[in-house]
Order: sequence, then C-alpha cells, then structure tokens
Amino acid sequence: MIRLDVFSWRFLRVWRRNLVVYQKIWKVNFLTPLFEPLFYILAFGLGFSGLIGGVHYGAKELSYTAFIAPALIATAVMWNAFFETTYGSFVRMYYQKTFDGMLATPLSLEEIIVAEIFWSATKSVGAATIMLAVLGVLGFVALPSGLVLIPVALIGGLAFGAIGMFFTGVTPTIDMFNLPIFLFITPMFLFSGTFFPVSNLPGWVQPAALAFPLYHLAELSRRFSIGTSETAPIISLVYLILFFLFFTFLALAAMRRRLIQ
Amino acid sequence: MEKILQVDKLIKQFNGLKAVDELSFSVEKGEFFGLLGPNGAGKTTTIRMLYGFLPPTAGSLQVFGMDITNDWRRIKFRTGVCHQDNTLDPDLSVEQNLLVYAGYYSIPPKEARERSAELLEFFALTHKSKAKVMELSGGMARRLILARSLINRPELLILDEPTTGLDPQSRHQVWEKLEALKATGLTVLLTTHYMEEATRLCDRLVIVDHGKVLVEGSPQSLIDRHAGKNIVEIEGPDQALKDFVRANGIEHDDLDDRLILYVPEGQDFDNTIREQYCSDKCTYRSSTLEDVFLRLTGRELRE
Ligand SMILES: Nc1ncnc2c1ncn2[C@@H]1O[C@H](COP(=O)(O)OP(=O)(O)OP(=O)(O)O)[C@@H](O)[C@H]1O
Ligand SMILES: [Mg+2]
Repeated sequence: MIRLDVFSWRFLRVWRRNLVVYQKIWKVNFLTPLFEPLFYILAFGLGFSGLIGGVHYGAKELSYTAFIAPALIATAVMWNAFFETTYGSFVRMYYQKTFDGMLATPLSLEEIIVAEIFWSATKSVGAATIMLAVLGVLGFVALPSGLVLIPVALIGGLAFGAIGMFFTGVTPTIDMFNLPIFLFITPMFLFSGTFFPVSNLPGWVQPAALAFPLYHLAELSRRFSIGTSETAPIISLVYLILFFLFFTFLALAAMRRRLIQ
Repeated sequence: MEKILQVDKLIKQFNGLKAVDELSFSVEKGEFFGLLGPNGAGKTTTIRMLYGFLPPTAGSLQVFGMDITNDWRRIKFRTGVCHQDNTLDPDLSVEQNLLVYAGYYSIPPKEARERSAELLEFFALTHKSKAKVMELSGGMARRLILARSLINRPELLILDEPTTGLDPQSRHQVWEKLEALKATGLTVLLTTHYMEEATRLCDRLVIVDHGKVLVEGSPQSLIDRHAGKNIVEIEGPDQALKDFVRANGIEHDDLDDRLILYVPEGQDFDNTIREQYCSDKCTYRSSTLEDVFLRLTGRELRE
C-alpha cells in the first residue's frame, strides 16, 4: 500500500546532497560527455563512412555519422542515469549507509528513492547538454530545435534512473549488476535503432525493439536534431513517461521490501 | 511528569524470530534512560521502531504523546539519533556532514552554519571541520555522529552504543559531553555494553534479553536488589567452602571453577571466608551493575 504522506518536496534536500558531492568531482565527470561524441564521430565518420554509404531513415537519406550522432545523446542519457541509480545508489545504500543516516531525519524512504532517480536524471541532462553543444557546433544537431532535447533528456533520465533503482532494490550484491547490464542494457544499446534503423531488422524482432525505452529516446533525439523519426514523438514521449512511472512504483516497492522488514 | 516515550507491549517479529517480545517501558522528560542487554537482545530493533524506521508488528509506541505510525515526521523533527553503525556521509567533509544533515530538517543555511560551528566547538572538532570523514579517528567520528544527532536541537536523543570501540580517553570525553547535555534537561535513551557508562549516566534503566524486560530501576537500586553490597570471587573453591556457603544461605553463583558470593550490606561472611577458606585466590570488591547484568542474563555467549 502506498501512503501519500511519504511524498513531499523534501526530496529536493536529498537531490541537493548529491549535487554538493558532485560539485567536488564535476571537472572530471564533464570530460566524458565532451569527448565521447567526438570519439564516436571520428571513429564512425572516418572509419565507417567508406563501408556504409547512406542510411535511409524516416523520410530522409542520411550520412552514417549524421544518423548516429543524435543517438549518442540518447545512449549517454541512458548510461548516466542507469549507472547512477545502480552502482551509485547501491554504494550509498549498502556500503555508505547514507540512507540509514537520512532515515533518522524527517525524510521518508520514498523521498530518498525519488530524489536518487531525479538526481540520476539530472546527470543525464548535464551530459546531454554538453553533447548537444558539441554536436551542435559540429552541425549534427539543428539548433535551436535541438534544445528541446534538454527536457527530453530529463524524461529519458527519469525512465532509466527508475529502472536502475528497481534493479538496486532487487539485486543482492553489487557485482550482480552485470546481469541486468548484460541482459537488458547491452541488447538495448545495440538494437534500439542507435547504430542502424530498426526497420532494417527482420519484422518479427521489430516489436521487441519498440519496447526498449532507448529506442524511443533515440527517436525523440533524432526528431529534434534532424527533424525526422520513424515513430510519432508523442507516442515516444508517453511511452517514456509511463516507463518512468511504472518502474518508479516498482523501485519504491522493492526498496521498501529490501530496507524495511 | 510528562512522558516523552511510552512503549507498550511492543513486538517485532522477523520471519520466525521475535526480536522484541512485548517490551514495555516509559521515559519521562529530562530522564537519562538506559536500554541494556546482551548482543541480539533487541535493543537496536527497538530503537529502529522508535524513530520510525521499522514498523512494529504489534503493540503501541508513543513519542511526545504522538503515535509513530501517523505522526512519524513530526516525531522525527524533534528526535536526534546516533546510530550504532557509522552512518556519516563519506562523500562529504566534516562540516558538510552537519550542514547537509541540517538541510534534511529544513534548517535555514545561516542558522545551520551557526549551529554546526557551535557543535563542532562543543565536540572539539573545529580543527577538523574541513577534513574528510574518512580521515577521522574512531573517536572523532563518534563525536561527529553525536554532533550531527544534535543539529536539530532534539528534545529526545537516542544513542545506540555511542562509545563502542573508543579508547578510555575518548569514552570519558564523550561521557562528559553527555553529562553536560543531561544537565540541560535533554531526554536521552542510551544503549551500551559498558556497565560503568550506564551506572554513571543513567537515572533509570531496563535490562532486556530475548526482547523482554528482565528488570527495571535505578542503577543503584538494581545493584542493591540483585548483587548485594560486596562481592567475593573465589578461584578453585573446595568442598568445605561450598558447604559453608550453602549452610549459611549466602547468595552465590557456582561456576564450577569459580564461586561468586554476593554479600549484602551489614553481613560479614567475607571476614570468616577470608580467614578460613581463602589463601591467595580470593578477590574482594564492591558489587557493580556488571554483576547484576551477568546474573540476570547468564554468562553464556550470545549469537
Ligand atoms: N532485519 C532483520 N532481519 C532479521 N533478523 C533481524 C533483523 N534485524 C535484527 N534481527 C535479529 O533480531 C535480534 C535482535 O537484534 P538487535 O540488532 O536488535 O540486537 P541488539 O540488542 O541491538 O544487539 P547488539 O548489542 O549486538 O547491537 C537478533 O537476533 C538479530 O539477528
Ligand atoms: Mg544493537
């Protein structure tokens, strides 16, 4: 049973705690989103362009680099949020006992969990914004329409943060995160229309790809950076929001069962 | 007197295990109250229910006259908790630990800075305010947890083994601080395995075992009631001594290789024993709370 009095704006205090910690290490952390897209663009642009001509996607013919560039933002959103609520939250919950300390204050467990998910989405937004700037300068993302990707990254981050938190609630030890990464994240990373259009896949696997949240995030990312997509943006948006709500609910239930016997 | 804490027939069941079994006690405003018991007696479990972390299986639990299930947030605003485990935030500096924690209580930043400076001063940590938590010694970390538990100016302070693992110097220092807090009229609930600590600090205490209260009273009254005035410990007692003890009906524990006699005020068996039965293997001393504890909870290892 979910009680409503366990939710309040107090969750922002926990979010702020993570921000305070992050302020000490942001200088290192922001190098990844700065250079990662450059590496990918270089590798695929220089290395692959000879092998692959153009990509037919949505209503357009695209160069291969133009095709994958927006998806890089989507995958960065995924990695940032998912890593934060799996490894990051697990360390805080299990090794550092940070949640135990918080639970002696007027915070509820629900507020802590929601704050962790929002924090992970915040990191996604940060990474997406930096990548947007890099890819915008290189001409792979149309501006200003590309700026819509900032709120989109928040929604995507919430979705991946929520499912990561759910895994944290049910995973016995930290090394067991290999399992959801191997079974869920890796296939999603490869088969969500990130490196080739889903329409290239055989018909029977296409529905599976459509269930991946990364697919919808990559779709939204392309829609707002290059102006075309396979799926209507509203469908992708609603899917991500429902995904976030559903897994937040599961994460809350799992964490409550895990921490409070 | 105003009751700060009222625990009534409290039960906590973990799967098959009853960790807390119809526990009842109450703590009045301004009291320093001890919750003692061997490992696994259910002290931490009780404390976790007190600050709303664990839901009780049955029984009632009132803090400040409010029910923990409904008024948990209001109760937590007025309570400070010092956990048994180190729950300091290792990602934050000493000072940030206090400031961020103050944020959880919605204490405005300026006020939080004042309070944290005050508390660091009180617990002799000012010189470490910029240090990382990992760099603190065990004693300093404990003092910081104590400081943190006071950041919201609580009316009830809950201390779960605040001095475990500290050297005698640090322990005495913590005791002095706790005595100073007691003098301000703060209500405190303390668990500890140091009987000396409980004797020195507690106005009243309960000894619990297997989740049940065994006895309740002031440290001195419990000693008088359960361990007499003086103790004679005899190593390798012979049969003649055992017969003498039985014949005179002296309160004692027979541990085979050791005999412990509890001699009440105004009796002088100890002189007779000293003269007739003891060569070099006798110890004479005053009774302590530790004797009470061991008598009531047994001498076997727990868990
Ligand atoms: N989350 C839990 N799940 C199952 N059993 C538990 C849980 N927490 C505590 N217990 C059990 O409940 C009993 C009481 O434990 P508790 O931690 O309250 O003891 P304690 O009096 O604080 O002991 P100590 O002096 O060692 O700190 C123990 O047998 C313990 O194993
Ligand atoms: Mg304990």
